[in-house]
Amino acid sequence: MIVRGKAKKQKITKSAMTRLGSGASDFLLKLELESNPEALCLVRATIERATETLHFEPAETRAIVRAVDEALANVVRHAYKGQRGQPIQLTCRRLRSADNEALVKGIEIILQDSGVALDPAKLKGRPLDEIRPGGLGLHFMRQSMDKVEFSRSQGQNQLRLVKYLAPAKPEKTQGD
Amino acid sequence: MQIAARPFEGWTILDVSGDIDLAHSPAMRKVLLGEIREKHTKKVILNLGAVRYIDSSGIASLVEGLKASRDQGSRLILYGLSKTVREVMELSRLQRIFEIYDNEEQAVSSEGHK
Repeated sequence: MIVRGKAKKQKITKSAMTRLGSGASDFLLKLELESNPEALCLVRATIERATETLHFEPAETRAIVRAVDEALANVVRHAYKGQRGQPIQLTCRRLRSADNEALVKGIEIILQDSGVALDPAKLKGRPLDEIRPGGLGLHFMRQSMDKVEFSRSQGQNQLRLVKYLAPAKPEKTQGD
Repeated sequence: MQIAARPFEGWTILDVSGDIDLAHSPAMRKVLLGEIREKHTKKVILNLGAVRYIDSSGIASLVEGLKASRDQGSRLILYGLSKTVREVMELSRLQRIFEIYDNEEQAVSSEGHK
């Protein structure tokens, strides 16, 4: 696995949106993976740290990690049909507020693979009242993220996952 | 992930630790179904207290184990679920179909589905 990251010294304050100095890069990291199930634990650990640097709450961090893990598992199982050693690219970047570019409002994670095209019918997921193994991955992704967008272009599947930082809770003042 | 079988009064307690993900859920599935279908253990208790992460393939293995235990007329019991594991069970809306207890004492002394 190749991990390429770009780190810039920047003061980050904890707030509803993460405030960054002007000129900070939106790029967080890029992973070039192979379709081996053993890679998933490394990706989970990396994504967990990336989301923590943006000050997502622990439950949100777990949700993002879960969505990325399920997305990668889907690529391994369905796009590459369990074939090992096939390329997967994961790119991660900050999303900024349209009103104030110094504020980070969330995280965007893009997965790309060269596997078979996904069947649109399977992208609907399955009813949860059916008690049977399988079919939960897509449901987990949709429950965990704000946006889950599939597309296909030039022989590649692309999945875009977006999670926004939760609005800030009002700070408690004396007497509350 | 590691999984160790512990006999207990004719039943089996399976102590699972680590991550139950795409790489490791097949191993858990094999041990679980072996206990239920091949050894015909009447009560299989899964200790998930040291499980850090479980994905949809892990949940699918648990569902398969539950179905096998119902087919065999035996019981599959879970205990010690961490916050992470509970979250995934709730997301899958499957927590009500499993027998889930807080600790081993409750799990071994349980008489039937709550």
